[in-house]
Amino acid sequence: MRIVVDFDLCQSHGLCTEAAPELFEIRDDGFLYILNETPGPEFASKLEKAAIECPTGAITIKDD
Amino acid sequence: MQKVVIVGASLAGLRAAGALRKHGFDGRVVIIGDEAHVPYDRPPLSKQVLVGQWPASKVYFNAREDHAALGVDWVLGRRAQNLAVAERAVVLDDGQRVDYEGLVIATGATPRALANPAALRGVYTLRTLDDALAIHGELAKQPRVAVVGAGFIGLEVAASCRKHGLAVTLIEPQRMPLLGLLGPVLAEAIQRLHFEQGVQLRLGVMVDRLEGRGRVERLVLSDGSQVEADLVVVGIGVIPETRWLEGSGLDLGDGVLCDARCATNVPGIVAAGDVARWHNVWSGESMRVEHWSNAVEQGQAAAVSLLLGAAAPEYAHVPYFWSDQYHVKLQCAGRPRADDSVVIREGDIATDTYVALYGRRGQLAAVLASNRPARFLRYRKLVAQRVSFDDACAGKASGA
Repeated sequence: MRIVVDFDLCQSHGLCTEAAPELFEIRDDGFLYILNETPGPEFASKLEKAAIECPTGAITIKDD
Repeated sequence: MQKVVIVGASLAGLRAAGALRKHGFDGRVVIIGDEAHVPYDRPPLSKQVLVGQWPASKVYFNAREDHAALGVDWVLGRRAQNLAVAERAVVLDDGQRVDYEGLVIATGATPRALANPAALRGVYTLRTLDDALAIHGELAKQPRVAVVGAGFIGLEVAASCRKHGLAVTLIEPQRMPLLGLLGPVLAEAIQRLHFEQGVQLRLGVMVDRLEGRGRVERLVLSDGSQVEADLVVVGIGVIPETRWLEGSGLDLGDGVLCDARCATNVPGIVAAGDVARWHNVWSGESMRVEHWSNAVEQGQAAAVSLLLGAAAPEYAHVPYFWSDQYHVKLQCAGRPRADDSVVIREGDIATDTYVALYGRRGQLAAVLASNRPARFLRYRKLVAQRVSFDDACAGKASGA
């Protein structure tokens, strides 16, 4: 899986950091950082939760 | 169960459909919506769509995700008129009956109208995409704007119109915006923000009537003063959309009454989103939450409840909302009340960058942050854990 974040849409709500703390982090500069852009299948469920709960729809999961 | 009908084609209904499929339901799913649109996202309506920064096409969820995989039968532009519980059927406004085995009620809420509406052009509420596009169409004429009600919709509309260069008067019966929700310390900060951005504030007054010839020309306020306006946007709250359920046998009371699993008093019927009043085990209170994240999570929780019944998890939810006004992003988790103790834990209200904590009966009840997204998340966790107010203020609890 590959995580793609549209940083034009991302507004740092940070709900993804609660759904998948291993993959996302909001740092004190206020910006979102992707900690692992190509997580293994064990993160599928957490990543799906992060994407669906993102208030700006900024997270896309690619299967390549 | 072979057929689930979802009434309400917005966020909660869409997420309910997704959860049904995710949990292996392979029967028929029908979504009924009174708007002509497939589901779209409402938060951009008062901001990007209102000022024309985004085309309407950008707000549809199916522009972002694949709806075909849901396998849903859409019944759009049709209003559910009543519910025949004994026959397990939803009756539409044209008399058609849609029968169901499982039913998800996600009919949302409807904007409250002024007590004294006048049939004048140029007066709007803002709930739907069509509302937003109609208001946007008016902005090109450089209207003088009056916003009635300084709730979040009203404040965002005021901010969007000011950024668009329009003259804006904001009329609110309370003596400060959001006073009844956030209390005086934060309400004053919001008031100052709008004052500094050039909004004319008319606080502590009501709208007595609207006047004009065919089109609105002025508002007459309760103190006898007048506000000249070419465009009026009314944002004075919403009413949960339960009118179609009256007399159905469903328990109602400021929403559809649900247990901790979003189940109503009638087997096979669940509710989610703005319309649902459920027992939230996070705080032990019955509540109705009109925010985006609740629609997402409760839509899914209600669907799982429909499939699993008493084996479904209880739906515990920490309410979350945000609001974008000018350069300020407000984020709030929990349930603030006007009479809570308020401590500015970090930052400075004067610079619109702060974290405020709300305490009630010794517990951390809510966090409100402005332009502090990373710190907000740390306190949001503490709100979820219901730590003591003293520990939260002292920064003692884990994670802060």
